[in-house]
Amino acid sequence: MKPGDIAIVGAAETTDLGVIPHMSQIQLHADCALNAMRDAGLKLSDIDGIACAGEVPTNVAHYLGLVPKWVDGTAVGGCSFMLHVRHATAAISAGLCKTVLITHGESGKSRIGALPRSIPPATLQGQFEAPFGIMGTPTMFTIPVLRYLKTYGVTQEQLAMVAVVQREWAAKNPRAMMKHPITVSDVLNSRMIAYPFRLFMCCLVTDGGGALILTSADRAKDFPQKPVYILGTGESVESPMISQMEDFTSSRAFRVAGKQAFASSGIKHSDVDHLMIYDAFAHLPIYGLEDLGFVGRGEGAAFIAERNTAPGGKLPLNTNGGGLSYTHTGMYGMFALQETVRQVRGTAPAQVKDVQVAVCHGVGGMFSASGTIVMADRRG
Amino acid sequence: MTERPLPAITPETRHFWDGARSGELRLQKCDACSHVYFPPRPFCPKCASREVSVFRASGRASLYSYVIHHRAAPGFTPPYSIAVVELEEGPRMMTNIIDVAQTPEALQLDMPLEVVFQPMSDEISLPLFRPARSAA
Repeated sequence: MKPGDIAIVGAAETTDLGVIPHMSQIQLHADCALNAMRDAGLKLSDIDGIACAGEVPTNVAHYLGLVPKWVDGTAVGGCSFMLHVRHATAAISAGLCKTVLITHGESGKSRIGALPRSIPPATLQGQFEAPFGIMGTPTMFTIPVLRYLKTYGVTQEQLAMVAVVQREWAAKNPRAMMKHPITVSDVLNSRMIAYPFRLFMCCLVTDGGGALILTSADRAKDFPQKPVYILGTGESVESPMISQMEDFTSSRAFRVAGKQAFASSGIKHSDVDHLMIYDAFAHLPIYGLEDLGFVGRGEGAAFIAERNTAPGGKLPLNTNGGGLSYTHTGMYGMFALQETVRQVRGTAPAQVKDVQVAVCHGVGGMFSASGTIVMADRRG
Repeated sequence: MTERPLPAITPETRHFWDGARSGELRLQKCDACSHVYFPPRPFCPKCASREVSVFRASGRASLYSYVIHHRAAPGFTPPYSIAVVELEEGPRMMTNIIDVAQTPEALQLDMPLEVVFQPMSDEISLPLFRPARSAA
């Protein structure tokens, strides 16, 4: 498999985004899948591979009426879809299937037909974390941050700037849930959730979904949309327990996945025109910039505060507004991928000029997993 | 107020919870490579040796990182700290910091702590940490 051998030829989000009480979770998968098929000009019978997370692939394939001969149910949290892209790329290259559909649908806010969320008490997390009052991601994903702030002398004001800058991008996106401008002061005066995290440093909770369709680059030119080529990919996992993260100031999974993605694509950091880093919370873009090697350790917060990633900056980041301002269903990675595809196609609402190479980096669980995808407007 | 979730003990973690019930913080050490680790498992996660020993840890730790949760949770009165402590022997574990104000001013990173065990049921005592009273 060489860089650019596989391309994304279909991409779409659910018809509605944000609050969708009239649709169950499985229908959210189907809604975006049908939109992506229309985008690609494909029929159900053209698709012979299925990958999804949140729902098992059996449910989605049956509901849609697909007859797949390749199935991937990798479910490692919000970056599962980056891993699906990686696995699909390998499967198509190996001849296991020709055209893969990847779906995400989550009724994260309305909880219509959603699966229960609980930590089984006999798991290691159930025994050694759940008894201490963890209540969802805001109380876990955030735990390493005070250590990071102390290690590098980073301030809460700098952390707040991540949310401020992303809101600037969101303002350019009609489908973003939160579009009105905010200041550092607004962020630091928003409701305290889990010190040092205030409401505006935490992701939204929404309903929605997205789907991608991948096939070989040799066929891609026959599709209606401009192909988006997969240049390189990476993946890894670390620990299901935030307390057991090796280094509270850096994600091992980020470093492993990012390094593979850059190495397999053959790109340099200076080649990257556009970047997505899954931002469930305000510290994620900071860790991502550092662990992917765009800046040195401890430099991510200042890089953002100095507006390098803001509109007009040299490294546009999270240009849909991110999980903080665009949407966050629970497993946001699919929306990061959708924005990367739009930017490489040249069809994004906040379009960055002339995006040739783009990096899309996802996180799963609480720094538990990671997937990185390098996309380009040509085969490499 | 409903109770906080309690662990369901598994064969591999029995020694830890038996220790906690009797007031001991128990860790494991690899007989082959000397690696001290947590959470419990009957093999070394560094070198894969099955030759490992259980030992009583000092119970001394330092505050590594935390959040102060401001929303309701079963068995807790907000605001309350959810912390990760670094044990003197090396491993880190999640816990709550007690007997101290639940404020950023009172909860300083790297402050010395000591373990206390809070009985929750016949089977489970939870290891919590408080500011150290005895000299290290």
